[in-house]
This record gives sequence, C-alpha cells and structure tokens, in this order.
Amino acid sequence: MKEEIVIAGFGGQGVLSMGKILAYAGLMDDKEVTWMPSYGPEQRGGTANVTVIISDKSISSPVLDTFDTAVVLNQQSLDKFESKVKPGGTLIYDPSGIHRLPERTDIKIVAVDAMTASIELKNSKTYNMILLGALLKLRPVVDTDAVIRGLRKTLPERHHHLIPLNETALQKGMSLV
Amino acid sequence: MEEVRLMKGNEAIAHAAIRYGCDGYFGYPITPQSEVLETLSELRPWESTGMVVLQAESEVAAINMVYGGAATGKAVMTSSSSPGVSLKQEGISYLAASELPALILNVMRGGPGLGTIQPSQADYFQATKGGGHGDYHMIVLAPATVQEMTDFVALGFDLSFKYRTPAMILADGVVGQMMEKVVLPPFRPRRSEEEIRRQCPWAACGKMGRDHRNVVTSLELDSAKMEKNNERFQATYRAIEAAEVRYQEYFTEDADYLIVAFGSIARICLKAIEDAREAGLKIGMLRPITLWPFPSEAIAKAAARTHGILTVELNAGQMVEDVRLAVGGSKPVYHFGRMGGIVPNPNEVLAALKSHFPEIESSNK
Repeated sequence: MKEEIVIAGFGGQGVLSMGKILAYAGLMDDKEVTWMPSYGPEQRGGTANVTVIISDKSISSPVLDTFDTAVVLNQQSLDKFESKVKPGGTLIYDPSGIHRLPERTDIKIVAVDAMTASIELKNSKTYNMILLGALLKLRPVVDTDAVIRGLRKTLPERHHHLIPLNETALQKGMSLV
Repeated sequence: MEEVRLMKGNEAIAHAAIRYGCDGYFGYPITPQSEVLETLSELRPWESTGMVVLQAESEVAAINMVYGGAATGKAVMTSSSSPGVSLKQEGISYLAASELPALILNVMRGGPGLGTIQPSQADYFQATKGGGHGDYHMIVLAPATVQEMTDFVALGFDLSFKYRTPAMILADGVVGQMMEKVVLPPFRPRRSEEEIRRQCPWAACGKMGRDHRNVVTSLELDSAKMEKNNERFQATYRAIEAAEVRYQEYFTEDADYLIVAFGSIARICLKAIEDAREAGLKIGMLRPITLWPFPSEAIAKAAARTHGILTVELNAGQMVEDVRLAVGGSKPVYHFGRMGGIVPNPNEVLAALKSHFPEIESSNK
C-alpha cells in the first residue's frame, strides 16, 4: 500500500495540521510516512499545501508531481491540483468558495461541505477533522482509531478534553460521503 | 524498545544535539532552519543537561561564540541558512586555523544574496572549497533523511573532535522542513571538566596544575612556523580523505547510466530511478554522504561500468565539477539543476537523463 496525498487551501484552514494528524496516524499504524509542507509566507495567508505519503515500504521522494488523492479547499488549489491527480485517483473539494467546478472525468470527484458541517458542530475549528473523516472514508489508508491515538499522543494533556469533539468531527466527515 | 518519533529535520537536530551532550548552541533565526533554535528553546536543556542555548545578536556573533566555546574544549555548535552561513565564513576559517572542533549546520536556501527561503544546494562550493580564506577544509556531511539529520550531529561532532577541525551538516530546505520517522539516540551526559582536560590537552581552560597555559590563536607571524602549521593542517586533511569518505550506492551493480546526487534531491532521483526501472531502464545512483572528503574513487569505480553520468543538483552545476575530476574525462558527465528554490520532480529528472542520453530508451531491452 502506498498513498500519495496533497492537501491544499488557504493558510489558516488547518491544511498543514490535517496533514500532520494524518501522518501521525500513519506512524501509529506502523506505516512509513513523510510530510512535506510548503513553508513560505503562504502560511500567513495565501495558499498553503502539504504532501503526505503513507506507505508500507520506505519512501524515496517526499516531493511529487502527481497524487493519488487531492484535498482542495479553495479555487486556487483546485486550479493547481486538479490536473495533478493520477487517473483513477480521488479529488475531494469543499464547494464553499468554488466558482469553477472540477471537470475531470477520469477521477473520482467528491464534494464535501465541511464548512456547513463545522457550523452544525458549532465549532469552525473542526473543519479540517471533518475533511479528514471524509478522506478516510473514501481512502481508508489509516485506521480512524490510529487518528485518535495519534491525537492522544501528540496533543498536550490540557487539550485532551477536545479529543471527543475531534472524534465527532471525524464521524461527521465520514457520514458526508 | 527504541521509540519512533515523527518530526522535522530541524527539530531532530535540536533533540540530537541535547542527546549528544552538546555544551552550547549559539544561533540566530533564519528560514528555513529557525525550528532548531525554537525547538531548543522549547526543550530547555539548560535545566536538564546544562547545555547553553543562546540567541546571539547576529550570525557573526554566534560563530565567534562557537570559536570561544570550542577553544575551551566544549562541544559547541551553530546553525543558519545560506545568507547567515556566508556571514560565518570568517569564523569558520579561524576555527580551522586554530584546529578547533565545532559543528555548523547550513539548511540551504536559494541565493545568491538574500535570495529565497525555498530549498537549494547552491552552497556546495562554499562548503567544500573553503568559503572563508586560506587553505582549509571542513568535513561536510549531506543528510538525505530526517534520520541522517539526527545521526550526523553525533557523527559531525565525533569527527570534528577526532581530527580537530570544524564539521558542517549541509542540509537543504526539504530535509529541514519535512517530517518523517526518526529514532533518536540515547542521552549521553555532557563531558565533565575532568574529561575535557584529559581528552583535549590543547584546550584553553587555565593552568590546572600544569606549568603553562594553552593559548588558542590562528595568528603566526613567523612564516616558517606558519608554513609548518599549514603542513600539519594538510596532513590532517589527507588523513580524513583516507579514512572518512562516506557514500551510498543504489542499483549500481547493473546500471548502464549513473546519477550522482546528494541530500534530499537524491531521494527525488531515487524515485525517478524506481520509475525508470519499472520501464526496464537500468539506471543507478551514487549518493555522496561526505561532500568533503569527496567519494571520487567510488564514483570512478561505479562509472566505469556505465555509459555516462548525470549529476542532479539544486544549483547551476557545482558538484558536477568534482564528478568530472573523479572520472577524468573517461565518461560523459552532464548536469541537471533547478535554481532559485525550485525543486524538480522525479519526472523532470528522468526527462533530463533522456535528453542527455537519447540512446537510453533503446539501450535496455
């Protein structure tokens, strides 16, 4: 198993964090993982993206041109990465803010309205966990249990009371697809 | 059981320094390596091991603090990125001339000038051919993985103390910023004053019962003595060249074409090679781990079995000169590089190889 994923959106949407949580889950599942961020000023606004690779075998290049799965959260990211999904791959996008819909016919395209779902959960910070839930439903590359174990391990104790909310957000995301 | 962690290369450097028993880190923030100082500040080793962590007022101050610390036999280090490392060159020359151990990390970004914060390998010449003035060399280690970032802290310090010459970890923005799995080394205690006096009889730490005090200086106005000093430095460099060359080979045993690449770019090339091999093209790679001393003999040996070499670097063609010297005109050697912070993807590497060696498509049937 090897899954090459790109997650892209505005700085501040939780793109890098979502990638990090996914990578930690891979670690929990005993997989090889790499997490390569864009580390420019886009972290403070503009578009940010992260490449996460999860594999059973050791990973050569952390830098890629094409992806099995793309999660795009704004128009610029959709424009940039739609063509970079491998044929037969998966494109997940959040329709809020998208004015040109994806057009490819050789990939699986799934709209996940995580913005509305996060409002329903009354916490906009659950946004990226909802998307992660949707991603893992479509591409079960790591166990959702590994995601929670990863959170438990990496979050400081004082934030552990937020883990149930994150679990709810993951389930919510899964129910959307 | 060993604990597997997930962290950035820059964070791993900080953990590894503390665990090595490093006595002092002196630095000044600059992207893409600021996480070294940030992580050290978070880990607060001054409360556990007693290691000093200091944000200096400038890169020049930091390298001169390293010079001072090293002169007393302490294991000290600094880190920066390309423009900041340029500022440190004078201090590095002084460290080399004073025969002092020290570890310097350069997480390269695109230049020249302030350039860009994105990854680059354009400081190869600076790291391997001097940078500072005078006839000196540093041991230069090029990590390709976060694990190597970690391991090269101990290796760099150990070699640096063994040969009494500064060592550099020459990384780039990719391996500094990316996260992957890493096993951290066990904690080693910092050396005691007693151990330092025993292991570093040259260190300036007072008379301590001796009949003299050590003076550490790079100045020698008597030319005859200064030539002797230079001869001693050169003898050290020859000893390093004889014993410390490190490299890794990939698929070289049956390769028709050879890629030579270092650092994180070698991983991108490896992916290109994996893809090429699926298509039946026999390409191999040699990855220099020590950029100085350079694995010239190993490259010549690996190249002997091939039709030609492509070096892939994030620069306009620097290591390619050493590869050409290594093979002495016996094989065609080409260079493919991206500059200004652009990192090529595996497809571009393969396309470059095919453009320089068009016969490659028909060669492996």
